[in-house]
Amino acid sequence: MDSLQTIAVPLAAILAFLGLWEAIVWANGWPNYVMASPSDLPEAYARFWNLFLIMGWQTLWRTVLGLAIAVVFGTLLGMIMGFSKLAREALYPLLLGFNAIPKATLVPVLALLFIGQHDFNTVLMAFLISFFPIAVSVGIGLSTLEPEYRDILRALGASRFTIFRKIALPKTLPEFFGALKVAVTLAFIGTNLVEIVSPHGRGLGALFKSGETNGDYPLMFAVLIALAFLGIVLYYAVVALERIFAGWAERPAS
Amino acid sequence: MTHFIDIKGVHHAYKTKHGPLPVLDGLDVAVPKGEFCAVVGPSGCGKSTLTKLISGLMRPDRGAVILDGQEVTSPRKTVGMAFQNPVMLEWRTILQNVMLPLEIVAPGMKTAEAEARARHLLEMVGLKGFEHKKPSELSGGMRQRASLCRAIVHKPDVLIMDEPFGALDNFTREDLWQTMRDLRAAEPFTCVLITHDLRESVFLGDQVIVLSGRPARTQFVLNVDLPADRTIDILYEPKAVDMLHLLRDQIRIAQGRDGEMH
Repeated sequence: MDSLQTIAVPLAAILAFLGLWEAIVWANGWPNYVMASPSDLPEAYARFWNLFLIMGWQTLWRTVLGLAIAVVFGTLLGMIMGFSKLAREALYPLLLGFNAIPKATLVPVLALLFIGQHDFNTVLMAFLISFFPIAVSVGIGLSTLEPEYRDILRALGASRFTIFRKIALPKTLPEFFGALKVAVTLAFIGTNLVEIVSPHGRGLGALFKSGETNGDYPLMFAVLIALAFLGIVLYYAVVALERIFAGWAERPAS
Repeated sequence: MTHFIDIKGVHHAYKTKHGPLPVLDGLDVAVPKGEFCAVVGPSGCGKSTLTKLISGLMRPDRGAVILDGQEVTSPRKTVGMAFQNPVMLEWRTILQNVMLPLEIVAPGMKTAEAEARARHLLEMVGLKGFEHKKPSELSGGMRQRASLCRAIVHKPDVLIMDEPFGALDNFTREDLWQTMRDLRAAEPFTCVLITHDLRESVFLGDQVIVLSGRPARTQFVLNVDLPADRTIDILYEPKAVDMLHLLRDQIRIAQGRDGEMH
């Protein structure tokens, strides 16, 4: 019953959404060069399936690599900000300012800096756009650790590193995974941004671009649906990791 | 005679934006080995500062904190601590929580040995069968019992408690007093208990120290000459009632309200 509900209910919602989309296109009588409908999509997938696989893989590995770098960098930055008030005060405005910059404006900057390094630029963008929430949440998690948690080990003469490893790090994991859920979708957006905007790109973003160039609306929408699917998969991968490493924070339903 | 805990003429002030805020101003505490010292005083009078000084988390501006003949200059492995908030690590089981200090103090100790020690203590406080539960599955009183086990698992020679029973309901609190009394009979430690509860101080203490309002100095020391194997009933006997009245008057003086309440 439970597993039926967790699968059947979202599936029904998706089908309802597709049905509504189909109905709106049909009711307005839009031809598929104005607006594609879900029934146009299977044909697009059948025709370009190998491209979808190759491009989908490109998008996937760049996103995951960018995110992995963001996790390492964001956690380190969060640790520095969490443990040092001075670092926190110094870095916060800088980080906020950087985060406020629309990342699309960075595409030409990166493209000029690292000409032709398409893979590198894409991974870099995925990283740049996604490290912020991780750094902030780890920083806040560490700086708001109740002093008693620290004191039970500090009173025994434990080192700062031991306190971090045994208490601060595991205690921050729920916040970390909360941030990772945001970061994974951001990284995905970063990857696609570069893939779509930069010329001669690769990945699903580039496939979208080629659909646009050729006026192939069904292909464009097929790419969007594939992107949504990949986004969902990545998100649930994070949820699965969260269950493994921070499952203790989940209260049993009562 | 020399005392196991000897705090002599301690002065301490916190630095604030508005200048130094003196919290301790002539504090003297002397506890013989194995004795139980309860410390009471008005809110915010610097009682928690006292726990930080004994545990070595802080050093006083002036005066000396001497433990077992040695001046306390930094944290030491022979101290156990329990707070009002039981601070259980939610990702560990109760058993693993209790074993935590052993990982720091005796990293070479065999797991089986550490586990046996933790299990033994949990059984003593009535938590047998809860070893593998997560803290979130236990009530506040049970978590506090586990926190007591964690505080003494490494056989500290000093146990410092900062209002450990303050957040519990009255009946649970009385249960825990008795648990504490039984632990004392079984484990040799010298104890300093910070509390707001005069009945608690008389039931558990061998001596009760009353601190004055901030900045705190030692205002009054009461010697509790009641038998060691006390029951809750003893609190209703004339001797204990007299002590409670005496302490009550001292708290009134500490609050600077002498006369106002009469």
